[in-house]
Amino acid sequence: MPTKTIAGKTVEVDAEGFLVNPDDWNEDIAKELAKEEGINELTEMHWKVIHFMRQDYKERGQIPTIRRIKNAGGVPVQDLYKLFPDGPAKKAAKIAGLSKPQGCV
Amino acid sequence: MATETLTNEATQKKDEKETLKKVSIVISRGTLEGVYPGLIMANGARMEGIEANIFFTFFGLNAIHKKKMKKIKVDTVGNPALGIPPIVGIIPGLNRLVTKMFIKEMDKLDIPPIDEFLEMIAATGAKMYACKAAMDMFHYKREDLIDEVADVLTVGQFYEVAAGGEIIFT
Repeated sequence: MPTKTIAGKTVEVDAEGFLVNPDDWNEDIAKELAKEEGINELTEMHWKVIHFMRQDYKERGQIPTIRRIKNAGGVPVQDLYKLFPDGPAKKAAKIAGLSKPQGCV
Repeated sequence: MATETLTNEATQKKDEKETLKKVSIVISRGTLEGVYPGLIMANGARMEGIEANIFFTFFGLNAIHKKKMKKIKVDTVGNPALGIPPIVGIIPGLNRLVTKMFIKEMDKLDIPPIDEFLEMIAATGAKMYACKAAMDMFHYKREDLIDEVADVLTVGQFYEVAAGGEIIFT
């Protein structure tokens, strides 16, 4: 598994740069990953999504879909696309230190 | 000669890495299995940052018709792929049962029912259009359609909207 040093910490990543171990994640890593994804500043709404995704993944063992982030997480789809443009499911998962979502929805 | 071929190959490889910029999806059918593939493709396109349009024509209009969208069902009669013999498929109420089963399975995968799905798809920025010819043929009015529909277009206007992108017919 390739490794990468993000925010001063060396972590295992997959071929696309997603963290292999969600527990390697911390908020500084999130900020760095966000910058790589073109998001220069993480606002309160960004963190709401990130924390919901991590918590939901911990509880259910599955990365939440956009529908779940909308319904259970309370973040409207329109906002999600503004916060994480061009592929919110993938971008948010990456910044949240989760693996690439595998679903079609 | 050899240098020319190499340059062409290199350019081709670069093009292969480029993603689609825009897709315009036509939904022409009004059954559950006829509507969902187009919706999933449109939503999937938006999830990849690809611009998406959906053009609803013929029975596809039922998916964006406020009243008719609630009655969309799986075709249990003309559908040999379903594995139900036609003589069983015509039993009243069976298509409602099979539809319920499909909706349940899709819900497990977080695929929403059509009304919620269309709301979500519109929220992603995808544009949804109704076909003018079909609207006239079915005597549907603009007020019959959900608010998320951006406009009613002729086929020529659809081609203008779709220009520069891929067209996917379902």
